[in-house]
Amino acid sequence: MTDWDRQPETPLLGFVGEVIESLGDAVEAVEQCEARRGIARIRPDRTVEVAAKMLALAGSRLATATGIEVRDGVEVLYHWAFEPPGAVVTLKALAVRPEVVLESVANVVPAANWIEREMHDLLGVGFRNHPDMRRLVLDDSWPEGVHPLRKEFDQVLDRPPLPPNQTSPDVPGDRGGAE
Amino acid sequence: MSHRTVVNIGPFHPLQEEAEFFQLYVDGETVVDVDVRLSYNHRGIEKLDESKTFDQVPFVVERVCGICSASHPLAYIQAVEEIARVRVPERALYLRTIVNELERLHSHLLWVGLAGHFLGYNTVFMWAWKYREPVMDALEVATGSRVNYANCKVGGVRRDMTAEQLRMIDRASDELRAPLEMLTNAVLDDPVLHARLKKVGVLTPEAVKLYGAVGPTARGSGVPIDVRRDDPYAAYDRVDWQVITAPHGDVFSKAVVRLLECFESVKIIRQCVRDIPRGEIDAKVEDIPPGEGVGHVEAPRGETFHYVRSDGSNRPVRHKVRAPSYNNIPTFKASCIGLEIPDVAITLASVDPCYSCTERMCRAVDAETRKPLYNFAELVRLSQQKTERLRKS
Repeated sequence: MTDWDRQPETPLLGFVGEVIESLGDAVEAVEQCEARRGIARIRPDRTVEVAAKMLALAGSRLATATGIEVRDGVEVLYHWAFEPPGAVVTLKALAVRPEVVLESVANVVPAANWIEREMHDLLGVGFRNHPDMRRLVLDDSWPEGVHPLRKEFDQVLDRPPLPPNQTSPDVPGDRGGAE
Repeated sequence: MSHRTVVNIGPFHPLQEEAEFFQLYVDGETVVDVDVRLSYNHRGIEKLDESKTFDQVPFVVERVCGICSASHPLAYIQAVEEIARVRVPERALYLRTIVNELERLHSHLLWVGLAGHFLGYNTVFMWAWKYREPVMDALEVATGSRVNYANCKVGGVRRDMTAEQLRMIDRASDELRAPLEMLTNAVLDDPVLHARLKKVGVLTPEAVKLYGAVGPTARGSGVPIDVRRDDPYAAYDRVDWQVITAPHGDVFSKAVVRLLECFESVKIIRQCVRDIPRGEIDAKVEDIPPGEGVGHVEAPRGETFHYVRSDGSNRPVRHKVRAPSYNNIPTFKASCIGLEIPDVAITLASVDPCYSCTERMCRAVDAETRKPLYNFAELVRLSQQKTERLRKS
């Protein structure tokens, strides 16, 4: 939302609050609770239970999830949209170093299937009990353990070379399109 | 034991603009499972954005997709405006609405044309694309470009429109009504299309919720979700329009939703041109405080979702882009199973999957010999032949 004054001051604020409240003690902290936006930190060991509860709420859908590398590990943000009333509630779970592993919610919410695979590829987050943890985004030739969305990965210097049979010998110095 | 075969569509095919790979597992002629492999052209835009300033990112994200090149920047910009708590001037909100609705019009017409082609209705293809041209012209007049409009910026829009330009947009969208009616009636009254599209590729409302499907894919299953109404942005809450739904979840319903939405877009554009207030177009945002914001916009294919985190510097710490096709393509697992091969092309096309934002590919191979059976051109040919058969019978 761009225009804050336009919001009706009503039960909407309560709606986001109610959603977060319904998660009970799985919530560690509430970081934002406004008319149409809420951010709460949830306990990383209870993601599946929380996801099942969120999916069961009326009008909910998993919009997507975001992974962000932070000091202590990787934060996984599940963005739940509610229509009506058009609110987005973001639930954060921290996958702590060094394991960086969470329980997969894809078994209860199929919409999380691809995005968990993507976070596994790009950020190296492990998802226990994921139904189908094949690569989704990275090429099969990409080296194991290299995660391009990690902060220490440099998109030019750290780009792995293409496998030899895909590199044209006629183009000297062609390492697969590095700028 | 029955003979199971894998049908591959993709990853590279002249009919597809970009690479994506669908594998259909078929038993005889019936699809029993679908697998999708994507990211043959992953461009690392999320990573790239971390090295751009907040003002530069819109130019990057509008290149996520040439068709949705107004929706992606707007979603990003709304996320940033949420962090910075920007109050966008009224006139800018209307201008954003006009460009976004023109984009929806041209995208839906593009889809109608492609769907017609897949079904063997090449006249529909030619007509739909012909009537799409005036919309592209209007976009070019208004923004200077047919794609990648570079229209929005954090705090407002970059270019105002003159009264003359607005009149031209108004005329172009008004003149679109008659051809739209013709196209809609042609689809709704055609018995062959009814036979081809009804009860094909059915997506249930339950599957919509489980897979998080969005946009016309969800609305074609009778799920009335539309970000424009539910979480209004730009000027959508200041104009009168309807969320279009159709109940059956089949390809026909999705086609009806898209066609009828075009009329709503025309309505929205004309009201915006009529009601647009005078005034500033830019709130002049100085800096972005630390924080996190969510922006979502109803792109032609559904909700495009952006998340931005700022640490108070001039660059985003993280910018997540989720295009609508990313949520819609997995619904093939629900909608393609049980179909016959000739119906697959149109079912895949019915979610209007967007390559550049999500990518797909698909081909058919014999599961035992690994020999290719069908490619996408052959699937389209099969689809066209089936229409031909129905026409004759």
